[in-house]
Amino acid sequence: MSDQIRLKKGLDLPISGAALAEVTARVTPDLVAVKPTDFRGMVPRLLVKEGDSVMAGTPLFADKKNPGMVFCSPVSGTVDAVVRGDKRKLLAVRIKADGRGEAVRFDVPKIASLDKEGMTELLLRSGLWPCLKQRPFGTVADPAAEPKAIFISGMNTAPLGPDPEFALKDDFAALQAGVDALGKLTRGGVHLSLAARSFAGGELHKLTGVVFHQFEGPHPAGNVGVQINHISPINKGEVVWTVDLHLVAVIGRFFLKGVYDTRRIITVAGPAAVKPSYVEVPAGVCMSSLASYFEQGNVRVVSGDVLSGEAVGRDGFLGFYHNQVSVLQEGDYYEMFGWINPFRSKKFSVSRAYPAFLRRKKYDMDTNENGGERPFLMNDVYNKVLPMDIYPLYLFKACLAGDPDKMEQLGIYEVIEEDVALCEYVCPSKVEIQNIIRGGIELMMKEM
Amino acid sequence: MAKNFFDKIRPTFSEGGKLSWLHSSFDAFETFFFVPNRVTRKGGTHVKDCVDLKRLLIIVVLAMVPALLFGIWNLGEQHSIVFGLGWGFWQKVWYGFVKIIPLYLISYIVGLGIEFASAQMKGHEVSEGYLVSGFIIPLIVPVDVPWWMLAIAVAFAVIIGKEVFGGTGMNIWNPALLARAFLFFSYPSKMSGDSIWVGGLSKALAGGTPWKGGEVVDALSGATPLSHASLDGLSAAGTSAWNLFLGNIPGAVGETSVIAILIGALILICTGVASWKIMCSSVLGALFVGWLGTVGGVTDIPCWEQLLMGGFAFGTVFMATDPVTSAQTETGKWIYGFLIGALCITVRLFNPGYPEGMMLAILLMNTFAPLIDHYVVSANINRRLKRAKTV
Repeated sequence: MSDQIRLKKGLDLPISGAALAEVTARVTPDLVAVKPTDFRGMVPRLLVKEGDSVMAGTPLFADKKNPGMVFCSPVSGTVDAVVRGDKRKLLAVRIKADGRGEAVRFDVPKIASLDKEGMTELLLRSGLWPCLKQRPFGTVADPAAEPKAIFISGMNTAPLGPDPEFALKDDFAALQAGVDALGKLTRGGVHLSLAARSFAGGELHKLTGVVFHQFEGPHPAGNVGVQINHISPINKGEVVWTVDLHLVAVIGRFFLKGVYDTRRIITVAGPAAVKPSYVEVPAGVCMSSLASYFEQGNVRVVSGDVLSGEAVGRDGFLGFYHNQVSVLQEGDYYEMFGWINPFRSKKFSVSRAYPAFLRRKKYDMDTNENGGERPFLMNDVYNKVLPMDIYPLYLFKACLAGDPDKMEQLGIYEVIEEDVALCEYVCPSKVEIQNIIRGGIELMMKEM
Repeated sequence: MAKNFFDKIRPTFSEGGKLSWLHSSFDAFETFFFVPNRVTRKGGTHVKDCVDLKRLLIIVVLAMVPALLFGIWNLGEQHSIVFGLGWGFWQKVWYGFVKIIPLYLISYIVGLGIEFASAQMKGHEVSEGYLVSGFIIPLIVPVDVPWWMLAIAVAFAVIIGKEVFGGTGMNIWNPALLARAFLFFSYPSKMSGDSIWVGGLSKALAGGTPWKGGEVVDALSGATPLSHASLDGLSAAGTSAWNLFLGNIPGAVGETSVIAILIGALILICTGVASWKIMCSSVLGALFVGWLGTVGGVTDIPCWEQLLMGGFAFGTVFMATDPVTSAQTETGKWIYGFLIGALCITVRLFNPGYPEGMMLAILLMNTFAPLIDHYVVSANINRRLKRAKTV
């Protein structure tokens, strides 16, 4: 079918608190939020006001540039608050759920009967379009664009992330419907990358109408950006779309049941998680619904993984694209002679300057920076964790210099923040590399 | 206890405190004792590797300790031989110790003083880069260098070599080598010749009292084997390859003992702090030109003996591998290292007036490292462009 791509560079973070393969709760939330900030490149226009009652699938806001693209409520209830930040920037629409689970019913035609325009129109109208992300830059897909292909990562290598085979084990019918629907949107095919063990015999391998690719290697081998770089790298002027596997199931459910159903099985895990396991939640669920999984004390609750997720706090909300919650102790302590200690057995380092490479154990990682910020000094640490044909240090420096030509030449189209997150993790100078890439991407979007 | 002390004096150095302008210095000392309580920021990775620059640089310093310890003993040994003193082990060590301590004091006080002052002026944190440079400088200068000269050289290296470019991480040339080059070109009489590499010898030759009425045994034995060999071949220099390997010969403090340097190289390679590619390719480059030299009849010295002589080993292991001034790309490192080795031996073979080519070879390649990287990165860019055309 397809050859196996073996990646050597990268790092599987030995962080403690991995989730047990067990669904311990199916959360019916009290509060959810849809955050426009989850969707890059989108300028929201509000469609509801506080006090309005909504159902699952009722549009809350639309994109000013694409009025047809709507973003919907994942549950039924009333609009509790419209949260705004500086300059009245719309940060979130909060919905108080009524628990009745009422949903807008869509009249769904057969997938086979739809053409590209019909499919696009239906996905836009139903609020499912934002499931599609676009590379370069990781924006919400542009409905007018002609994508080279659609890529889905069927493997998850992110630290503490859910195993797709387990989390989606009841959703294979939905996944099949989802990939069939996506197949209508591109002539380049739907490409699904699987880990070696999901191949041949795995449930995901039974899907039809997709092009399979097999990947092996440490994180970030499961990042769709890395996979694209090896399957069919993005060149200037090209556009590809990506969809997270759990959102393919959401699209599929829409075609099976005719409702906007964003429920997903996520992991709640990490060193500060109580009973780390799998939980079923809708998109945008409030972390307070998961409070029993968090340890007391000064704990950081991250929507997403510990490398590229967003710290949202105990009262924050799960991001639209996220399928895991990571819980960590805040590391606001002083450590005497930490860097002189020859062993430092409680901390992990990928560098052999510490003997951590001799230990096979998981570490209770926390959020301590483990050092002060310095200029770039070491030059060979970054490419060891970025399995792409890119010179990371030069790309970072081009972003810092704000030079769009250089950024383009050095590969800015091929990465988003999550792809360089490990570079930030290993950086001995503690440089905020994801912020640098974010700055570069924002500059490029302004220039184009 | 130390924690309480820092907590108590922190307000004085914080914003609004009496000594807030000394904030960078306070910070430097505090972070020396304690890994700070800073947590990762939002919008980045939430966990970070526990390695930091302090750790990496202290490993480089550790790797140089064997060379330093051997050098201290060797100072006494050479002095004892030349003046016919017949000292015991501890007398030699003590002599070397007394000789080297002032050099370290000068190197660190002047160098770190400037680093602290400039960090203070810019409001930055003090960077640890000078820990390594300051450790190298006394190891590569003649032990009898006048203290004021050393101070000026260090100041030159730190200010002109580093701070004007924006500090640690931005410099083009290796600061330690720059200090040595400054001394070499500004005060050539103190930096070359036969007598400078043995403690007390140049003073004695200049007519001072040699040593308790003793006579200088053999004035010429002060010359490094390298300068001898470059003229007459190794055996004429009265030393064997084994001595070169061991290091009990006259020379700069840190550079004589190849075996001590190899221990350091092992530490650096095992910990992955320095690039084995640069070390490896530098050796290959030296062997290649050394071999060409013997084939072409320029020299009688077998190419492998070139590796043992002079500052080649020290330069290859500790200075060519400086991550800031070396080539930054992996392919570039092979080219960069090879050219350093090749240039070093080329200088040795064709410039009998100044046989030590390592310093100039490294400084020259420091200058060209960005050019090498430019071509390596351009190849990557072209690959990307070509890909766009073929699809």
